[in-house]
Amino acid sequence: MKEYWQEIRALTMRWVRRLSREKFSMLFTLVQPMLFWLIFFGNLFQRAADMQVTQASSYISFLTAGVVVMTVLNNGLAGGVDLLFDKENGFLERLMSTPIHRTSVILSRFIFVTTITSLQVLVILGVAWLFGVQPVTGLLGVATILFIGMMFGVGLTAISMAMAFSVKSHGDFFSVLGFLSLPMIFLSSALVPLAAMPGWMGFLAQFNPMTWAIDAVRPLILSGWAEALPHVGMVIGVMVLFDALCLYGGARAFRRAIG
Amino acid sequence: MSRAVAIEVSHLGKTYEKVRAVDDLSFQVYAGEIFGLLGPNGAGKSTTLRILITLLHPTSGSATILGMDSVKDADRVRKTIGYVPQERAIDRFLTGREHLELLADLYHLSADEASTRIPQLLKLVELEQQADRPAKTYSGGMKRKLDIACGLLPDPKILFLDEPTLGLDVQSRLRIWDHVRAMRERGIAVVMTTNYLDEADQLCDRIAIIDGGRIKALGVPNELKAGLGGDLVSLTVREHDRVELLAAAVKDLPAIRAVTTTPTGLDIRVDSPEKALPAILDAANRLTCQLEFIDYHRPRLDDVFLAHTGRSIKDDQPKAED
Repeated sequence: MKEYWQEIRALTMRWVRRLSREKFSMLFTLVQPMLFWLIFFGNLFQRAADMQVTQASSYISFLTAGVVVMTVLNNGLAGGVDLLFDKENGFLERLMSTPIHRTSVILSRFIFVTTITSLQVLVILGVAWLFGVQPVTGLLGVATILFIGMMFGVGLTAISMAMAFSVKSHGDFFSVLGFLSLPMIFLSSALVPLAAMPGWMGFLAQFNPMTWAIDAVRPLILSGWAEALPHVGMVIGVMVLFDALCLYGGARAFRRAIG
Repeated sequence: MSRAVAIEVSHLGKTYEKVRAVDDLSFQVYAGEIFGLLGPNGAGKSTTLRILITLLHPTSGSATILGMDSVKDADRVRKTIGYVPQERAIDRFLTGREHLELLADLYHLSADEASTRIPQLLKLVELEQQADRPAKTYSGGMKRKLDIACGLLPDPKILFLDEPTLGLDVQSRLRIWDHVRAMRERGIAVVMTTNYLDEADQLCDRIAIIDGGRIKALGVPNELKAGLGGDLVSLTVREHDRVELLAAAVKDLPAIRAVTTTPTGLDIRVDSPEKALPAILDAANRLTCQLEFIDYHRPRLDDVFLAHTGRSIKDDQPKAED
């Protein structure tokens, strides 16, 4: 157990070091969602969006929940990228030739992605706060938002890692990633409530786990516990199922790749 | 003299989706020797190596490393071996020292062990000056040295090197050879793959020539060369239609062992060149068969390879040396 911890700590520190050496990329990763989506998109659509439809005091306050979950989505789906490069340049093979527990590399990745995502979510909530969006459920609500983000993120990271282990080239990986990300966002309640969507889009959006996550995060920010709790309960159930499926698929892909 | 067996490979086979990459390999590696797996790209060398380092499971047969099975005792095997992969398996963003520190934790060294061993290794591979620079600033040779330091970090009993000098310049290559020899002095068994004949010839104590997933020849390079029997005289004939005629005439001359026709002339194995050469030239004269070129040499490892696989390793050798 002590050895397992030593491995995971060292592998996680490697991801942290890499991130800190890529300052430029780190800045963009952190700033991009709040700059593009929250500040630009949120303010841009302030008057175009109908308050009657969004049921929020401002579009940016409606959008905050969406941006939080979008960040989880993008970080999760990109979570396998570094492993993909490790696989391609042989570093993964070097790691796997050492007497580490077979799960250590993957677990270190989960820990890293989850931590970075949580920090980013806090920053987004902070920026939203500057624009007058204060989560009505307070600190406990923020903790609940982080928890939902983590649950969603684990499944997404598992999908991403499964893809990293399965694809033949990193070109394939990024094509699939690009194909998945935007439809997931548009076919969810991130930008527009389900009720205001064209029927077919609203129908498809119901099956998007992202919608469930947003529908739980949004009342935690806008309405309060009474409205949020049933959604939170639902999303935990949905995410347990989602994570189980993703982790099962990920474990299979990993076993096939590593043996 | 019986020597301690470090690796015992028995009827090893590996099939990928109906392709037999490795087919019924059996060989032994002794403690303290440099053992080379020589063959062209795709011959099955790297697959064999990956099975030995426990990253691939064989589909048949077994590999035993220091008495431990490569599948059942994989974790214990991993503790006793070092591995230097073929690709430059380097994290560009980490410094040389950080690579070693990471691996020290993965091999579960204590902080004390790590802090004594890491400077020693950096000194050994002459990377002390560059130890705290990110690896992306390293030259090819420096990356290779770091690779080797990483392979030696666990203080292995057996070190596996996959194409250790592929793509290196001549000087770096010789330095790497020195390092490999130094490991043998320390009693480490070294198993390496290569598709460079001169590397196999000069560096390895014993080699296995692998082609199409099978061992075609196994032994000490000099003995393999001697085993071919006789020195080689190669003739290039100006008029190609006279080659058959000349072959028939030369075949029964004294001191001739074997005659094979090549697209441009003849390859003749001779017992003593002093006797054979005048006789061959005489025969060519009598047949008024003009010779364009005569080459005479003692058997080289190329010839061993050619004799056992029916083709030259150079046919598909990557141009990585320059």
